[in-house]
Amino acid sequence: MARKLPSVDVLIIGFGWTGAIMAEQLTAEGLQVLALERGVWRDTSTDFAVTNAQDELRYRYRGELFEEPARGTLTFRNSPTQTALPMRRLGSFLPGTNVGGSGVHWNGQTWRFLPTDFLTKTHNEQRYGPLAADMTVQDWAITYEELEPYYDQFEYLCGISGKAGNLKGVKQEGGNPFEGARSRDYPNPPMEMVYAPALFREAAAGLGFHPFPAPSANMSRPYTNPLGIGLGPCTYCGFCEKFACGNYSKATAQTTILPVLMRRDNFTLRTESEVLRILKDRSGKRATGVEYIDTEGQVWEQPADLVILASYILNNAHLMLVSKIGQPYDPATGQGVVGKNYAYQITSSVDLFFDDKYFNNFVGAGALGMIIDDFNGDNFDHAGLGFIGGGYIAQWTTNGRPIETRPVPDGTPKWGAKWKKAMRDSYLRSTSVATHGAVMSHRQNYLDLDPTYKDVYGRPLLRMTFDFTDNEHKMSKYLTDKATAIAKAMKPREFKVNGRDGHYSIVPYQTTHNTGGTIMGANPRESVTNKFLQSWDVPNLFLLGSGAFPQNAGYNPTGTVGALAYHAAKAIREQYLRAPGPLVQA
Amino acid sequence: MSRKSISRRGFLTATLAAGSTAPLVLPALARQYQGSEPWTPDVAMAPERATPAPAKFFSPEERTFIEAAVDRLIPKDEWPSATEAGVAHFLDGQLAGAFGRAESWYMQGPWEKGEDSQGFQSRLAPAPLYRAAIKAIDDHCGEKYGGRKFADLSSSDQDDVLKGLEKGDVKLKGVDAKTFFTMLLQNTIEGFFSDPVHGGNKDMVGWKMIGFPGARYDYRPYISKHNQKLDIEPVSVAGVDSFGAGTPSK
Ligand SMILES: Cc1cc2nc3c(=O)[nH]c(=O)nc-3n(C[C@H](O)[C@H](O)[C@H](O)COP(=O)(O)OP(=O)(O)OC[C@H]3O[C@@H](n4cnc5c(N)ncnc54)[C@H](O)[C@@H]3O)c2cc1C
Ligand code: SF4
Repeated sequence: MARKLPSVDVLIIGFGWTGAIMAEQLTAEGLQVLALERGVWRDTSTDFAVTNAQDELRYRYRGELFEEPARGTLTFRNSPTQTALPMRRLGSFLPGTNVGGSGVHWNGQTWRFLPTDFLTKTHNEQRYGPLAADMTVQDWAITYEELEPYYDQFEYLCGISGKAGNLKGVKQEGGNPFEGARSRDYPNPPMEMVYAPALFREAAAGLGFHPFPAPSANMSRPYTNPLGIGLGPCTYCGFCEKFACGNYSKATAQTTILPVLMRRDNFTLRTESEVLRILKDRSGKRATGVEYIDTEGQVWEQPADLVILASYILNNAHLMLVSKIGQPYDPATGQGVVGKNYAYQITSSVDLFFDDKYFNNFVGAGALGMIIDDFNGDNFDHAGLGFIGGGYIAQWTTNGRPIETRPVPDGTPKWGAKWKKAMRDSYLRSTSVATHGAVMSHRQNYLDLDPTYKDVYGRPLLRMTFDFTDNEHKMSKYLTDKATAIAKAMKPREFKVNGRDGHYSIVPYQTTHNTGGTIMGANPRESVTNKFLQSWDVPNLFLLGSGAFPQNAGYNPTGTVGALAYHAAKAIREQYLRAPGPLVQA
Repeated sequence: MSRKSISRRGFLTATLAAGSTAPLVLPALARQYQGSEPWTPDVAMAPERATPAPAKFFSPEERTFIEAAVDRLIPKDEWPSATEAGVAHFLDGQLAGAFGRAESWYMQGPWEKGEDSQGFQSRLAPAPLYRAAIKAIDDHCGEKYGGRKFADLSSSDQDDVLKGLEKGDVKLKGVDAKTFFTMLLQNTIEGFFSDPVHGGNKDMVGWKMIGFPGARYDYRPYISKHNQKLDIEPVSVAGVDSFGAGTPSK
């Protein structure tokens, strides 16, 4: 039996990136806020010290920062005709557990989506005619212009290093000429480039493209954010993504919010507390709180007036389904919304091998690189190409960690004497060009509950049905061809193209950019939340994270995730608290 | 909720401190943090260190197999072989620990083979998988090579067996050959290139071979050194005085 605890004003499920943002915003409003986190407390000096943080086996391969499939995972299949099987080990994506969530071990590549990305359906239909029948893309319920102040807010919280390309409509030399207008420049200048991105910049510019430094949450200089919290300059340690920063140089909840939030007496964090389900009252239209379990197996009922779901997209969708909130999506009929429009990212790369050039990739950082955006979104004419959307092409120099990053030329065996020699010859003298593409939503790509497999608490696992479609394959091929052209212009001895053909596989790491499943939209028939991330069905429930994306754009998600969280927080502070109830009439 | 509820500020803490009218029991093991950032100096979470202790997992016969196999995956040339670099010792420690037991993996049935895109579906955790596979491969070699074990074969016959496992052409009793080979190769590379604190990469030879400086943490002096060979001495998390990359040794 669940034991009942005293009620709080606001209960936040999950204490990662978005949970911390919302907790800071609502405690500033004077509300009594409680966050429940399934993992443990972590801080930089104890848990990510520079004497331990750079251990490739421990963190990347034994996954000390990642969630453990043993406690709960998802099942996966490429199509509804297959039997989904459990993801027994992590692979394609690496969500986090513990305080700070996935934000602790992210790269920090911090993007805004393009204005046209928010109008995927109407913009593309207007320009190119009707879309493919099974493509279920929708417009966002919000525009770039509405979100701009909140992008700015997140970028200043983090101290993003970058160069504006469009200030209030005026193009800026050296920035991204395709980006939407920004109200002011980034808080910090771009990171200093190492050799590989510098070479990429030259080659890309030579081909007439528009290279610019990547927007980065690795500090290019010491920074004090608007909450008064200081970050130190990045030391290019090369143990950034999939690792925690030992230097207070990567923007995370720990480095940008917690020192202030944890001191507020109207905030409480309870760790090792895993939420099992969201509770509703009889009407089904009001969340009364949650049920959670502690490490002794005791189940508690925690009542609250307002519930914020911030447990990462996949857990958010799972909790909605097991709590029976909203109608589950059915791909056969197209009816229902929870689990609809799950999407991802499609990536590819070209490895370059040189005789006479040293890249020393171990001098790297999670978001260190040069980008071209010439083939992202609708920045180019798609007429006759047979696909919509696009992606960025980049030279990222993130790391030279030798278990993970060890390119060898085409035709090299995977082991043995020839491999060993090739590894030796290539390690310092290779680099790569990467593509990072959008995934449009599709009728048969969705999330629901698995009929067979259960988690340790006996709840059905989330089931993911997902494959790349014709649109992604054509788009990725197009991007890969452009990346190859730039690679050639960098004049390597030889190169190797790693295209993304065939079925999506859950095995190799690609990105932790899962999106959709609890999408936002204009009405309850086609979405789970309104533009303020407020549940249509249960107005005292808000859902943070990339689950809101109706389809995925060609960029990493967290800039937009952070902006949406601030936008939702403002609506709660300024509208919802005055008149609790739906903020948009259905 | 209305503005009124804000007057409840402090309510939860107050009740927790003073006890409440409702019988209230604090969650026992769950930790609660309020009013400050918990912080304990000088207790950084150090890694678990591999010990030079005697065999923990492999039997002598299994150890013989493993040394032979990993030395085909990473053979000796002007640089040490996998076994010389401590890979067999590394594997022994890994298989005796949490990794060997698949502690963090989802290991509940039902079990089906599935498609390649669905990933690892073996009901055997790494430790029993290694144990079963080593026996099955030696049995296979016995049948094919006149009673000899894998370790007794010529290098080229060993390579043929390994290639057969890699492609899945060799069928083993009770174990999926490809699943085992994929794991063995990955773990061998881990043992050759991971921090020596885990028992492999002896004297950091894997890192020295390619020019990786290991656990260094500050490369700022090198950012602007474009297209230069740096020759930075590697360090391990196991014991260093300085994590800065300092000045080049040459
Ligand atoms: C290796 C890697 C690299 C990345 N790089 C980038 C990048 O460069 N750029 C970018 O934009 N994005 C990147 N990301 C993605 C980024 O980390 C996420 O978008 C972001 O962290 C999402 O924030 P969130 O609050 O939704 O989830 P999280 O930050 O993951 O927080 C969720 C929290 O909820 C907790 N939780 C889950 N379930 C429960 C439950 N039932 N009860 C209680 N607590 C629960 C979790 O333990 C976790 O602490 C990367 C991610 C990874 C893993
Ligand atoms: S690369 Fe920079 S930001 Fe990333 S972990 Fe290292 S020091 Fe921190």
